[in-house]
Amino acid sequence: MNGKPINNRAWLFVLPVLAFVLFSSIIPVMTVVNYSIQDTMGVNNFFWNGDAWFRDLLNPSTAIGARFNDALFRTLAFSLVCLVIEAPLGIAIALCIPRTGWLVGLTLVVVALPMLIPWNVVGTIWQIFTRADIGLFGAALTGLGLHYNVTQDPISAWTTIVVIDVWHWTPLVILLSYAGLRAIPDAFYQAAQIDGASRWAIFFNIELPKLQKVLVIAVLLRFMQTFMIYTEPFVVTGGGPGSATTFLSIDLVKIALGQVDLGNAGAMSLVYYLITLTVCWIFFTIMTQLERRGDV
Amino acid sequence: MAQITLDGIAHAYGGKPRSEQDYALKPLHHVWEQGMAYALLGPSGCGKTTLLNIISGLVIPSEGRLLFDDKDVTHLPTKERNIAQVFQFPVIYDTMTVAENLAFPLKNRKLPRAAIERRVTEIAAMLDLTSVLNRRARGLTADAKQKISLGRGLVRSDVSAVLFDEPLTVIDPALKWELRSKLKAVHRALDLLMIYVTHDQIEALTFADRVVVMNDGKAVQIGTPDDLFERPEHTFVGYFIGSPGMNLMPAKVLGSRALVDGAELQLGAVYPEPPKGQRVQIGVRPEYTELSSMAGVPVQVRRVADLGRKRLAYVTLGGQPIVATIPPEMSSIGDQAKVVFDPARTHVYVDDIRVTGAAP
Repeated sequence: MNGKPINNRAWLFVLPVLAFVLFSSIIPVMTVVNYSIQDTMGVNNFFWNGDAWFRDLLNPSTAIGARFNDALFRTLAFSLVCLVIEAPLGIAIALCIPRTGWLVGLTLVVVALPMLIPWNVVGTIWQIFTRADIGLFGAALTGLGLHYNVTQDPISAWTTIVVIDVWHWTPLVILLSYAGLRAIPDAFYQAAQIDGASRWAIFFNIELPKLQKVLVIAVLLRFMQTFMIYTEPFVVTGGGPGSATTFLSIDLVKIALGQVDLGNAGAMSLVYYLITLTVCWIFFTIMTQLERRGDV
Repeated sequence: MAQITLDGIAHAYGGKPRSEQDYALKPLHHVWEQGMAYALLGPSGCGKTTLLNIISGLVIPSEGRLLFDDKDVTHLPTKERNIAQVFQFPVIYDTMTVAENLAFPLKNRKLPRAAIERRVTEIAAMLDLTSVLNRRARGLTADAKQKISLGRGLVRSDVSAVLFDEPLTVIDPALKWELRSKLKAVHRALDLLMIYVTHDQIEALTFADRVVVMNDGKAVQIGTPDDLFERPEHTFVGYFIGSPGMNLMPAKVLGSRALVDGAELQLGAVYPEPPKGQRVQIGVRPEYTELSSMAGVPVQVRRVADLGRKRLAYVTLGGQPIVATIPPEMSSIGDQAKVVFDPARTHVYVDDIRVTGAAP
């Protein structure tokens, strides 16, 4: 040691943060953990239940296990569909935004508008928009003779939720990609012109590699948000028709608050949480790997 | 392979110029001859890069015509001009190996595979890149990356010209010398027109057959390194080339004599009386201004700088600060000394332009 006295009072400065984390995360999570390992008959009587809730949940042959499996599959499918549409679309639109001039500011504001609208408002707007009787979109499709009904037809419901998410959140991908594109020095484009590269070659050899880092972030953010999607299906479809748009979060709320099945809901919450955490960790690893390779 | 003609080329960024100040590049006529190595030399912001980008087509000039041999290419896009250009900072394609990077300009022009491979091998050998040919380019050092950029500039043997925009700025000093002599060797071997932008006079003078000195959007002198040193046509060339630059003193010129703050200097020629109201200066390089203890014009010595190879005295002639060379045999230097100017190398400038005198 260097002989300097160690002043442990420095820890006092960390206390406010610890208190904050305690109330914002640790206590709520521990409450859920508490539910997931006990059974209750109401009136605050809890009985030790071990890992039974978890074994039920992860066993597809039980009712709750099958339900969880379906919801998980549905949610993953939804995330995948949204990503497959939003990432290329976002990049494509970002490529069309001019690099300089007064149009830049205007375009960016217009593009970002959907992101500024609160979730439940988005849901309500679209719920009205898609109604087959009075909604502009719904009535127009029905008028064209297409079978479109959000409350009865699963395909209509799915399409609507995906379209809402694409409309609401592609702007995020656009803004991130645009920032990434702007960071590419002009010399790269000039060199590509000198080298006689085609537009495709420029995209694949300059733009896409330079966008890698922001795209990982964009995909991570979009995955997280679509994987946790709640408000839009809750407002527009209510999880239906049937259980066609009952994603994990909606199912969780149904089990916890609809059926007051706290044990199942607790276990499901934790597994849901762990999946999210794992995906985050995978993305973080990819990001640090890219960082280490340097000069992306 | 071609000769490139600038016919009144001028450029103003952002459209219509209203005054001369708006031009980044003022109207310029020049013929770049096939097989020559040119350097474009000047301080930052003098229009060097603009001129280079006009030749390569990255910038379309607002005025004038650009000819490659007899073909007007003023409005042709870069791709159709057959020009190679190397930039100040390394540009490499991250996704490709070193070999693929070097092959890229050839592949885009649909050369046969065997020819591409031959050229890539040659260029790699020349730039010492053979050992890393199959490595990914992104992991290499800045030096190596810039070598790849240079390689991509040199890999096409059929280009009209190769343009370099301060290509050695990011390179280590030791490697700089080596690469510069390699470029020179390539130039001799390929008989290409090369134009090299730099603000480093040593780089310009060692690389080029002809140096174009630019200042404030104008080409102030085009000449051999020797011309620029011995006969600067403009006071800017006088003090920009040489280190330290030329001594410039306001003077009164009377025939073959000049008066500087009361002191009389001999000139190498007889000059006509300059028109009234114009600024007259005489200029002598420090190399031709020698400190002496015997004859000469009396000066005050301010300080002495020992550069190892040579010694310089910073002195004042009347009120004019000038720099003089101290001859090797002179040992003790007091506050007072004398300087001798070489009359044959003393030039007269009227409004910054050199005037020639008649033989005495």
